[in-house]
Amino acid sequence: MAVVRLQFAALSAAFILCTATNGTALAQKKYDTGATDTEIRIGNIMPYSGPASAYGVIGKTEEAYFNKINAEGGINGRKIKFISYDDAYSPPKTLEQARKLVESDEVFLIFGSLGTSTNAAIRKYMNEKKVPQLFVASGASKWNDPKNYPWTMGWQPSYASEARIYAKYIIKEKPEARIAVLYQNDDFGKDYLRGLKDGLGPKASMIVLEDGYDTSEPAIDERVVKLKASGADVFISITTPKFAAQAIKKAAEINWHPMQIISNVSASVGGVIEPAGFEVSQGILSATYVKDGTDPQWNADDGMKRFYDFLAQFDPKANRLDAAVAFGYGAAQTMAKVLQMCGDDLTRENVMRQAASLKDFAPDTLLPGIKINTAPDNFAPIAQLQMMRFKGRSWELFGDVISSELGH
Amino acid sequence: MSAAEEVVAEGHEAVEAVPKRAMTLSTTTSLVVLAVLLIVPLFAKNFIIFQLTMLLIYGLAVLALNILTGGSGQFSLGQSAFYAVGAYVTAVLMEQFNVNYALTLPVAGVICFGFGFLFGQPALRLSGVYLALATFALATAMPQLLKLNFLEHWTGGVQGLVVTKPDAPFGLPMGQDMWLYYFTLVVTLAIYIFSVNLLRSRSGRAFMAIRDNEIAASSMGVNVALYKTLAFGVSAGITGVAGGLSAIAVQFVAPDSYTITLAISLFLGMVVGGVGWLPGSFVGAAFIIFVPNMAESISKGLSGAVFGVLLFLVIFLVPHGARQVAIVSQQLIGKLKKN
Repeated sequence: MAVVRLQFAALSAAFILCTATNGTALAQKKYDTGATDTEIRIGNIMPYSGPASAYGVIGKTEEAYFNKINAEGGINGRKIKFISYDDAYSPPKTLEQARKLVESDEVFLIFGSLGTSTNAAIRKYMNEKKVPQLFVASGASKWNDPKNYPWTMGWQPSYASEARIYAKYIIKEKPEARIAVLYQNDDFGKDYLRGLKDGLGPKASMIVLEDGYDTSEPAIDERVVKLKASGADVFISITTPKFAAQAIKKAAEINWHPMQIISNVSASVGGVIEPAGFEVSQGILSATYVKDGTDPQWNADDGMKRFYDFLAQFDPKANRLDAAVAFGYGAAQTMAKVLQMCGDDLTRENVMRQAASLKDFAPDTLLPGIKINTAPDNFAPIAQLQMMRFKGRSWELFGDVISSELGH
Repeated sequence: MSAAEEVVAEGHEAVEAVPKRAMTLSTTTSLVVLAVLLIVPLFAKNFIIFQLTMLLIYGLAVLALNILTGGSGQFSLGQSAFYAVGAYVTAVLMEQFNVNYALTLPVAGVICFGFGFLFGQPALRLSGVYLALATFALATAMPQLLKLNFLEHWTGGVQGLVVTKPDAPFGLPMGQDMWLYYFTLVVTLAIYIFSVNLLRSRSGRAFMAIRDNEIAASSMGVNVALYKTLAFGVSAGITGVAGGLSAIAVQFVAPDSYTITLAISLFLGMVVGGVGWLPGSFVGAAFIIFVPNMAESISKGLSGAVFGVLLFLVIFLVPHGARQVAIVSQQLIGKLKKN
């Protein structure tokens, strides 16, 4: 008996030893599907064809950025394999591609997929499968919902946070303002309007008139006349480019000169301001978070120098004036940062944990002072913008970077 | 080209001799295909099963168009609108009124039948390209109609609706994907058999008489107006069921899912599969699902162009689609048997 007992004791001791060493080995390197000692597979879905194909540039820039990372030796010694598919901006196709990425290509996570309804189509699937859907390229505020969708996170400032920043600015600069709002009657416009009211808080009564238009309307001239008649001295135009240009033009025609704010979506000089006319657009306000490639003040900026070097070396065909290129670079840089923070613990759970603990991270192409911060209950990485005023033929930044957090 | 014409001409002889052959496969072939469809999912990954489910669903939608165009000779570029209505009926019933998914499909079918029948009334005055244009208008209008404010309470507006995927009933040991596949397969089979019988019946002959010569048909006593609208109704009804199934399989409906691109894809599937040949609908569905993926893997930047080239090759080499391939292979097998 004694001998047997001894053997048993020895065996169990050996067993404990084994599990112990195994345990430490596991603590050092942990992998989920899609990550190995040498490689991390990242999936991505972009509208390379179809109505939103102009945004396909974002995917191409991100691919080039991961090529750069691989050329420099990868992240913690692991190469990135970036698999990007086309969904033509059609939600059912997005689901098909997401399932292909997760089930057939066995990617570690899906990063930076573009579009609101396309991402909404896969959000439930991704959360059921517990595969991270990181840094969604859409401005809807619903990506910041860690309680119900702990595997989905946005990146860019949401429409609601942008609107809150305008609210802050108005309360500070024009506390007695009478605000008229023109908004597009869809998820974009409503997200925005909600943000604006949240931002104004108890002062929401400053809004004297809000008027929604449908994208199917050919012109919004009459609505602008109605807004002027309300006696407002601040005009917030939550519009997409075509309508933003119409509103600027009409307001000038009927000799209405309120403080005019247009959404970042329509802040394009070529697409909105120029068609509306430079003269009537002087003094219009908006906000931004990305450095503008057309602005000469960034020529000496370190971050932009790195960005231009990257373009010259890895993506020479890209148009550096295209804001989507700067966007893709910034998003890919954030992704790389999160993977770096993961170290050797490449589990999907840890990726979400690290993505939710970014502290003051500043990608090269974001405005100075804008920092990415996340927390387990805050899945909105970028929540700051800077106001800008149209002067001459370009936008001029002014004031400090404003945070969208509610502060009253 | 002359060889191809000969083949089709021979095909037409077969049409006259044995009418049912023109529309279907032989019994042996049908059983083999069915066996393959039954067995493959047991050995495939969930993703493949999902793709097969989508193939059956798109196949149904193409089949519906085939009845309309191949059967009664009317064009439609508006099938995406019926597909959308079916999908939304299913999604709204399931999510807002907690109706069982299987029960939503007949409702979707009936509503779409009514919708198609009503749309068929004004469409009676139009034919050929004008009808195609009118249906085109329907397809472009539909995504905007779905965004309407007063419907938003049910449809979720631009945001769309998320649909819960059903589990296998009676504790059957299979995953959601596999269950949904077999469920779709049963629905598809039922509709396929119904369609074959419909086209072989008196109504089917009336459809084809109208297709071949409207004046002759009416002088023979066929009620042209009734049968034309009926064809529209049946086609819309089947498309609606396909749409409903797609809502369950994709688990999401949004206005952006049902644009004119979908209608054109279905039209393309019909042409590739062979106009008027029902089994070809599923070959056409396979084409519109898999060939864009193939094109993308050849060249990402030029996927559209590659797809165009492939489509052109198909139309150039086999202008009558899968039907032509089937006829040629049938003849080859026949010759081998004789030897």
